[in-house]
Amino acid sequence: MSIILDHVSHIYEAGTAMEFAALKDINLTIPEGQFIGLIGHTGSGKSTLVQHLNGLLAPTGGNIYYNGADIHDSDFNRKELRSKVGLVFQYPEHQLFEIDVFTDVCFGPKNLGLDKKDVELRAYAALKQVGLEDEYFYQSPFDLSGGQKRRVAIAGVLAMKPEVLILDEPTAGLDPKGRDEILDQVAKLREETGMTVILVSHSMDDVAKYVDRIIVMNRGQVMFDQEPKEVFGHYKELEEIGLAAPQVTYIMQELREKGLMVDTGATTIEEAKNSILSALRRQR
Amino acid sequence: MLRDITLGQYYQTDSVIHRLDPRVKLVTTFFYIISLFIVDNWIGYLAAGLFLLAVIKLSKVPFKFMVRGMKSIVFLLLIAVVFNLFLTPGEPLVTIWKLRITKEGIRLAGFMAVRLVFLIMGSSVMTLTTTPNNLTDALEKLLKPLKFFKVPVHEIAMMMSIALRFIPILLEETDKIMKAQIARGADFESGNLIKKAKSLVPLLVPLFISAFRRANDLAMAMEARCYRGGEQRTKMKPLIYRKRDFLAYGTVVCYFAAAILAGKILW
Repeated sequence: MSIILDHVSHIYEAGTAMEFAALKDINLTIPEGQFIGLIGHTGSGKSTLVQHLNGLLAPTGGNIYYNGADIHDSDFNRKELRSKVGLVFQYPEHQLFEIDVFTDVCFGPKNLGLDKKDVELRAYAALKQVGLEDEYFYQSPFDLSGGQKRRVAIAGVLAMKPEVLILDEPTAGLDPKGRDEILDQVAKLREETGMTVILVSHSMDDVAKYVDRIIVMNRGQVMFDQEPKEVFGHYKELEEIGLAAPQVTYIMQELREKGLMVDTGATTIEEAKNSILSALRRQR
Repeated sequence: MLRDITLGQYYQTDSVIHRLDPRVKLVTTFFYIISLFIVDNWIGYLAAGLFLLAVIKLSKVPFKFMVRGMKSIVFLLLIAVVFNLFLTPGEPLVTIWKLRITKEGIRLAGFMAVRLVFLIMGSSVMTLTTTPNNLTDALEKLLKPLKFFKVPVHEIAMMMSIALRFIPILLEETDKIMKAQIARGADFESGNLIKKAKSLVPLLVPLFISAFRRANDLAMAMEARCYRGGEQRTKMKPLIYRKRDFLAYGTVVCYFAAAILAGKILW
């Protein structure tokens, strides 16, 4: 269950004045079960990249393989691929259309051709997975709050039981509380199901706490592809391309400069706290 | 997929045609369309074709870009051609069962096709080389005399500019929602007509909601900037005719006369 991108490039509007190379020679392997953060500035090609993973966009150069099969072969079942690689778009609440929440979540599994009972079971399970209370199930999706709408939209994709879940900026436009709730829910979901999760974001603080691997995109190319603490070690280069390391990294770097022997590789507040406490203990 | 629709889209580049006063382009397009309907012989259409070709060449917009816009009217074109081909009475050339193709039918169908193609291309040249803002400025200026008859010229122009401005936005939005629903397993292509129409619901409902939301936001933003209609509103870049604009008017008059007279005299 892996996705392999082999020399993938994508050029928009080729041959016109608006020609724009969104992806340039991308080579990536996404193994099963990894939690990946895909980071990049606006226009770095991250959204274009994820739309390639479920075959919504076809690369203008190179190939994409899902479990060893080229997804743009004429006999490849792309409809099935879209149920295996679930993509939640930016502002997914804008795609809701049904009269009530439950029916909307049923849309995905219904399109897979399952019978009514299976569809409803899946929809129910998906809504539970995103932590939506039963009382909202038969309300119009347009009456919910922003964070709730977004959960419903994510449930709409989860109900298709994907093996890979891609979330494109799932926290855009949410307040800090809503952001933490959504991200915690995703992390919990991944622990329970073991699915591969790709989290697209432009904020390191969003992903630092959760992911095992960070892919940094810049101008259509992969700039770094490493473990979080290694990527954050490049914080100066990250700043040059308009990104920033998590705030924890900055504090740890500055403490180190002031002479306190802390671990600059700490990525979460918890790790940083422990590292600072033990450094202080050692000093004493 | 939806990027193929070029009507109402601006093509950014620098050319003589781009720099022309938008009023010139609007008037030219208007007269060009009129000329297409007056002309009724091949010489006239040849002149119209050459004129269009010259303008496209000058505009530096790739020809490919114009042709792409034609895709959306292929269906309309086919209907017009087929109806004219079979339903025009006259001297029969070929008879298949009850359908007759007449000499006049071929002539009329050909004219209709050329007319439609030129019409779409001609107006595409205008929209591709003029920003929507410029276009509505021109319209407002040209229609100003109507204010005397209590026609709300400014409001009409503003409505048009908003509508034009929103075409690419809504297209992009459609594209996005379509992709999002395809990612949820929606199928917009297969099935019979009823099934296809039904499959549009997941696309149209979010699109309408988003259009209303945008309209609401826009109205709010305009009010926040104290917009209150056209009274005493000044322009940052008022339209002023230059030498090249008069030259262009001259050329257009020459074309118009040539297209109509050449056919009448030489035919």
